[in-house]
Amino acid sequence: MEKPFAITLSVNSSLANHTGSWRVEKPEYVHRMPPCNNACPAGENIQNWLYIAEDGSYEAAWRALIAENPFPAIMGRVCYHPCQSVCNRAELDEAVGINSVERFLGDHAIEKGWKIPAPAIESGHKVLVIGAGPAGLSAAYHLRSMGHTVIVRDATHAPGGMMRYGIPKYRLPREVLDAEIDRIKDMGVIFEMNTRVDDVHEALNEGFSAVFLAIGAQLSKRAYIPASEAARILDAITVLHDVEDGNQPLLGRKVVVYGGGNTAMDVARTAKRLGAEEAIIVYRRTRDKAPANDEEITEALEEGILVKWLSTVKHAGENSLQIEKMALDADGFPQPTGEFETLEADSLILALGQEVDFSLLGNSADLDTKDGLMPVDSTMMTSHPGIFAGGDMIPADRTVTTGVGHGKKAARNIDAWLRKTSFEKIENKDIVTFDQLNTWYYTDAPHVVRERLEATRRAKDFSEVVKGLDESNALYEARRCMSCGNCFECDNCFGVCPDNAIIKLGPGKGFEINLDYCKGCGICVSECPSSSIVMVPDK
Amino acid sequence: MSTTPIKFYQVGSFAVGNRLLSADDRSIQSDPDRTNALTSGHRACQGCGEALGARYALDAAMRATNEKIIAVNATGCLEVFSTPYPESSWRIAWLHSLFGNAPAVATGVAAALKAQGKSDIRVIGQGGDGATVDIGFGALSGMFERNDDVLYICYDNEAYMNTGVQRSGATPPAARTATTQAVGENPGNVFGQGKNLPRIAMAHEIPYVATATVADLRDLEAKVTKAMSFRGARYIHVLVPCPLGWGSASCDTIKIARLATQSGLFPVFEAEHGEVVASTAIRHRVDVEEYLKLQVRYSHLFSPKRRDDVITHLQSIADKNIARYNLISDESASS
Repeated sequence: MEKPFAITLSVNSSLANHTGSWRVEKPEYVHRMPPCNNACPAGENIQNWLYIAEDGSYEAAWRALIAENPFPAIMGRVCYHPCQSVCNRAELDEAVGINSVERFLGDHAIEKGWKIPAPAIESGHKVLVIGAGPAGLSAAYHLRSMGHTVIVRDATHAPGGMMRYGIPKYRLPREVLDAEIDRIKDMGVIFEMNTRVDDVHEALNEGFSAVFLAIGAQLSKRAYIPASEAARILDAITVLHDVEDGNQPLLGRKVVVYGGGNTAMDVARTAKRLGAEEAIIVYRRTRDKAPANDEEITEALEEGILVKWLSTVKHAGENSLQIEKMALDADGFPQPTGEFETLEADSLILALGQEVDFSLLGNSADLDTKDGLMPVDSTMMTSHPGIFAGGDMIPADRTVTTGVGHGKKAARNIDAWLRKTSFEKIENKDIVTFDQLNTWYYTDAPHVVRERLEATRRAKDFSEVVKGLDESNALYEARRCMSCGNCFECDNCFGVCPDNAIIKLGPGKGFEINLDYCKGCGICVSECPSSSIVMVPDK
Repeated sequence: MSTTPIKFYQVGSFAVGNRLLSADDRSIQSDPDRTNALTSGHRACQGCGEALGARYALDAAMRATNEKIIAVNATGCLEVFSTPYPESSWRIAWLHSLFGNAPAVATGVAAALKAQGKSDIRVIGQGGDGATVDIGFGALSGMFERNDDVLYICYDNEAYMNTGVQRSGATPPAARTATTQAVGENPGNVFGQGKNLPRIAMAHEIPYVATATVADLRDLEAKVTKAMSFRGARYIHVLVPCPLGWGSASCDTIKIARLATQSGLFPVFEAEHGEVVASTAIRHRVDVEEYLKLQVRYSHLFSPKRRDDVITHLQSIADKNIARYNLISDESASS
């Protein structure tokens, strides 16, 4: 081309100038560990399913959720949500109501009748699960998903374990429990109820390749309380079990519950619903030292349950109890004060914790036990090869969610063991802290408090206390998630790059850095709301 | 602010994009097919606020005009880093003449288009604060006074950065530049001098005047879009931090612009026909110190001896802006 006077070069685009050569550091997209996921005893990928739910893809969100935990509707009611206690959003306004969104997804799935497909390929292995509680059911579900034949045996007549015989209806309606267990049945898990396993080793000879023990802790702890013959003393687990079986225990007008755990709260609230005029909890320490979940204590108090903190039962008579007041010493332990009072009581229910009933295992003497529990190794295996254990019978927190987590972990290890490989968990301990987020980009918004049944009304029957969210609320709540450590496609990096060096790959695909032009300024890292980009040295 | 508030509590309307919004409601910059008026390969420093501001503004102007714009550029960083012969980063019709005459050239381009009857092609004049506030000021004032159909955008980085950080009429008090060294009793730039160009533009009673920063993309896009809906002279003043001249980390460019607005030092507002019609409320108010301490050009206020008197003086300027532009609304309570 003929060039004008004094022009020797043709005009070109600056795209020929690869400014990436200036760079000494480069940005990199990462997946970091959100605190909620890290805290979840069931190992749920919470941030991920909230992200999926945010655009209304509830089924996809639910399927992502049940990949880790088959009981979202149950979790949404009985989980003490340690995820919410560590949620980074709490430092901005309030924690995301993860539990209520989980419940919404669970309930929505039940309403829509979503099913879990049976495995495509059968492995040929047969696994016996002993105990149909949270741990056993979770293990059965995961093992079945992996293609194994699973038989669950349990001595009771309906599956659920403590979810059925320990947690009262007003916290977990049985139709919800049944719906989520039925889904597992529909996958082809075989339930053999009213079947007590007396000999674990014999079972191995029946053709099972592995056994998962999850018999729970069903024996109420006893405390020695001097009592007159006429005193009516019951244990909490039996009372709750009887109520579930429709055998209404005779508790009388005034009921005293001894203990400060969740079971104590449950049984006191149950007593009130059975018609007791007064239900009083006696606990030797203070509220902040009580093992019960704070929400449960609050709900109990709202229902008119009275609590005598710093008190012990010294003597149980026919219609009264002698109570001794306690005082905390310098180390925070309760010490007797010598001050006594009398409390009218028609019955005393002991809720002092539970122990594992190893007699259920019969001839299993060669399985090691320690301090009344069954120790397991890092693969959940007991001292006997091929016999695994989890749930309340091994040393761990005794919650439904922990049990579900044990079931999953055991299933993965059993599967590996059956296939003669080993299960390697990918540990990601790069936990995102609040100060690493760029919170400018998050709008303040408090979380939607689930409606509670009016306290006075709910104490009269067993209808559910905490209500769920409706769809618009659930969506709102899910969208409050700050997506800690994981890209949620806010486009900030794409927008703020002065060099147009971010490539947007399209919905769900995230972004890529165009290293030809990235000068390594780091604005994308500073302006990433969720701390999902880091600068790394460039070689 | 003229954008419609969208209630998404995850990212609100603050982030560049939001996958939950319909395509029409998303920012122009979030579009994977955005026009990139200023494309890659330009030679601006790492973290350049001006490169960012120019792309934000011109992409919005392109969208508003169906990509029919001509930009007239004054001399300055923006011109130098985008067009080292024979390369150009511009993907629009672009013209550079002299340091001081961009507004006059823009006027001429507008007049030529008018003479040809091409009223659909719109003209943008643009330059840094030196070209706008000082060197081209007479031409700009004339352009305003004649109400020529040009949108003039000033990318204000508060000094002559291209030539080595010399003081301009837009350099704030106490800031150190090559010509206002941090020496003597009153180190840095003097108080009580300099020009507030948005207010001078308003005094011309032109149809539209606005201020914006690179920290609020939505606001900047909305203002450029709105400016293109007017005919006549329009002026937008965009604060664009300069990592090199301000002595700030390259990754902090947007953060610093944000702190400038949240401290009140840089009021974000818009005015029509000489009257302020709206201002952007401060969301999380901060003391000016938060803004100052990230920049080496103010480091003499903190060491070797802390100059509380100077910091207080700067704070009083911010407080005055807050009162004048009503930057603390009842809704923006938290500090």
